[in-house]
Amino acid sequence: MVALTLTRKLAILADAAKYDASCASSGSEKRNSAGTKGIGSTEGSGICHSYAPDGRCISLLKLLLTNFCIYDCAYCINRSSSNVQRARFSVDEVVQLTLDFYRRNYIEGLFLSSGIIKSPDHTMEEMVRVARTLREVHLFQGYIHLKVIPNASPELLAEAGRWADRLSTNIELPTDTALEHFAPEKRPAEIRTAMARLRGKLDEAKPEGKPKAKPQKFAPAGQSTQMIIGADAANDSAILTRAAGLYSGYNLKRVYYSAFSPIPDASSKLPLRPPPLMREHRLYQADWLIRFYGFDVPEIVQGGENGDLDLAIDPKLAWALKQRQSFPVDVNRADREMLLRVPGLGINAVDRIIRSRRHHRLTLADVARMTASIDKVRPFIVTGDWSPGGAIDDQRLRQKLTPQPKQLSLF
Amino acid sequence: MLAIRLEKLNDLDEWRGKARRLLAAGMEPSQIVWRTGSDENGLFEGGDEMLPTPDGPVGTVPRQFMELAAGVIQHSDPERFARLYRVLWRLQKDHQLLSNAGDSDNTDLARMASAVRRDAHKMKAFVRFRSLFEGETERFIAWFEPDHYVLEATASFFARRFAGMNWGIVTPYASAWWDTENLSFGPGGRKSDVPAEDAVEDDWKTYYASIFNPARLKVSMMKSEMPVKYWRNLPEAENIAPLIRNAKAMEQDMIERAATQPPAHHMRREARKPEPQQIQEITSLAEAREAVQSCHRCPLYEHATQAVFGEGPEHAEVMFVGEQPGDQEDLAGKPFIGPAGQVLDEFIEKVGIDRKRVYVTNAVKHFKFEPRGKRRIHQRPDGGEVQACKFWLNLEVEYVKPKVIVALGATAAQSLLGKASVTIGKMRGAPIKMEDGTVLFITNHPSYLLRIPDAEGKARERAKFEADLVMVREAIAALEKTP
Repeated sequence: MVALTLTRKLAILADAAKYDASCASSGSEKRNSAGTKGIGSTEGSGICHSYAPDGRCISLLKLLLTNFCIYDCAYCINRSSSNVQRARFSVDEVVQLTLDFYRRNYIEGLFLSSGIIKSPDHTMEEMVRVARTLREVHLFQGYIHLKVIPNASPELLAEAGRWADRLSTNIELPTDTALEHFAPEKRPAEIRTAMARLRGKLDEAKPEGKPKAKPQKFAPAGQSTQMIIGADAANDSAILTRAAGLYSGYNLKRVYYSAFSPIPDASSKLPLRPPPLMREHRLYQADWLIRFYGFDVPEIVQGGENGDLDLAIDPKLAWALKQRQSFPVDVNRADREMLLRVPGLGINAVDRIIRSRRHHRLTLADVARMTASIDKVRPFIVTGDWSPGGAIDDQRLRQKLTPQPKQLSLF
Repeated sequence: MLAIRLEKLNDLDEWRGKARRLLAAGMEPSQIVWRTGSDENGLFEGGDEMLPTPDGPVGTVPRQFMELAAGVIQHSDPERFARLYRVLWRLQKDHQLLSNAGDSDNTDLARMASAVRRDAHKMKAFVRFRSLFEGETERFIAWFEPDHYVLEATASFFARRFAGMNWGIVTPYASAWWDTENLSFGPGGRKSDVPAEDAVEDDWKTYYASIFNPARLKVSMMKSEMPVKYWRNLPEAENIAPLIRNAKAMEQDMIERAATQPPAHHMRREARKPEPQQIQEITSLAEAREAVQSCHRCPLYEHATQAVFGEGPEHAEVMFVGEQPGDQEDLAGKPFIGPAGQVLDEFIEKVGIDRKRVYVTNAVKHFKFEPRGKRRIHQRPDGGEVQACKFWLNLEVEYVKPKVIVALGATAAQSLLGKASVTIGKMRGAPIKMEDGTVLFITNHPSYLLRIPDAEGKARERAKFEADLVMVREAIAALEKTP
């Protein structure tokens, strides 16, 4: 077999990583290379260095260490039964690529995942070695995200957290049944156990009160996970219920929803159709409402039909249109919780409303200045000079507030 | 008309020094024009020599103004100095000016500062260094065209990030240089001053093309985050048009390329795989412990982390049965390690039961909870769940063969007695003889003791709990006498 060039390997192993949605490089500790002979910094908020034509930010060098894999997960391009071309980086090659790209300011750091070769421990060890080499040998201070192989040993997870900014363990699919069907070698309980271990380590690393000794650093940007949407039959209710359980159980920073994308040489178990991008978008919106707006899953799902979110309008508006008896809300009197439930009012707008109304009674024009979308807000609020009257009960309200379909892109 | 000349395009201190003197002399904004670089003075304008001296006392400005000015001074609008001076002037009379959201000077400054922030951010993102060897030394040089004069203020970011690297950034109006120790600035330059290529650039373009998923094409999103004006200095940008052009075809190809015959290595691996194990009969406690992890007897397994089986010596004399694992038990996979477990331990030790002779477990092996934000709120398992899990509790009783069983709380008692409801108050305080000869005691779950708010009630219930455990200790002691 002819040896692959580094460039060819890069093409194969970046292509293999393109289905993973997560690419954030924010939320870590602040550090830089000043006073070291090394390079790299993280300043809290991440930087997107480029954007691919799929609109996704390129912040990290996202690679697989190898796309050889002993597992046969139907949704994965790298499953053992796939005919995709295979390649494998050495630890030093990944280290070199990361440094070369970082020095040219192409990236914020590295996001390394891998197919499973030999054993989970062997694979995890190689990934840890990449991170360790970057940190110890090259004094690299940039961002590192490592994918966790679920049943790798706790010692390896502990070391991974020492070098990485973020660790993630993919839950893969919204239900255990789907995972067992599509990924026969993966054990849902093992995935959750790995997350539980990370949580334990993250809790230990959090200084409480006056710590006697500085706790050992562990993945300062926390842990995240990814779920594939649309490969199985689970509805949005099942997806969001799973996510809520994960957030509450394992203190995840993020759950990434990745609309299932068709893969070449796909298993016959899978749907052959373009990814449901709008569904993915609605799930992110719903996820946001659950984490920051005080909604719970059953409420959000109420806005749609049969456990699925409404695709035509955003989930908060969908909920409000089915909860018309709770509206209109008086912006001069309502509590913060209720204001957060008004369609079109975000956290910033609500905070501004609460600050301003201490000084004077707000008018509709005042509210309009505080939000970008007063048209959406108007039917749901009462102000000093405005009442929606019967508008809230208008049968055509939904239609009026539904964005008109746009001409499709020519591309 | 007074023409004030500034040496630098974006030096807040320089502008501030001159503005203070103008202010001290009472010069109105309309009497001043600000000039930089090669701007020529008008025919009837006086120059800096007319700047009033010396400094007189001037009023104060809010700190917020100085922060705003530090950004605005970097803006490329030639009116920036005059605008700042006008606001400075107005601030002397109206100290609250900056909090007036409707004032147009005010909103202009805010808009300019925000444009500068964005430009600086894009500079951090879109500078592309090219490597250049000068003898043994590798230097990294970049050409960047900011919209505003952001180089000086942003250069420190690059110094912090690329501390161990020799680098320079050249822009049309100035350049910044870092030699691994010092940051210095020089004159501006041209694109041709920077190396035209870089050895790694092709790999970068390969990466850029490969990480793009054609099934998710979103061109407008890309353009809003990476405006086209930056593309000419981004090496990867030459890929954008062909990638977009071919996306539909690539996506179609992905969809149409159905599964082919799996490769040989896969078939060999499949052939080596052992037959899926038949569910075998469980013949020991260890086997039960392993098997419970794949229990699907009720839906609770799906959201719990893992099944939490009992712990303790295989032939313990006494078995404590709780309700279900809690949050901590679920994460760790061990029973009674949370707050309730600590209460139980405390009392076991207090009454003098030997911890080494105790097996602890739960009636239900999976944690049942309701997610609420970052917490999981305990939910009581229902009859069906208790019934489903009885299978495992029975196995534990069968293999451990305890002589005394203590049901902690109603759920445990229901499970052990096979009843739909049990009232603790009525059934505690006396041993219950079971069919198989074991002795059952019923008492509260220790978590109940944690929930009593008043001190008096708490003391009373703790005493009752202790009394129940004393009975358990007596029962164990009695067993020793009658082998």
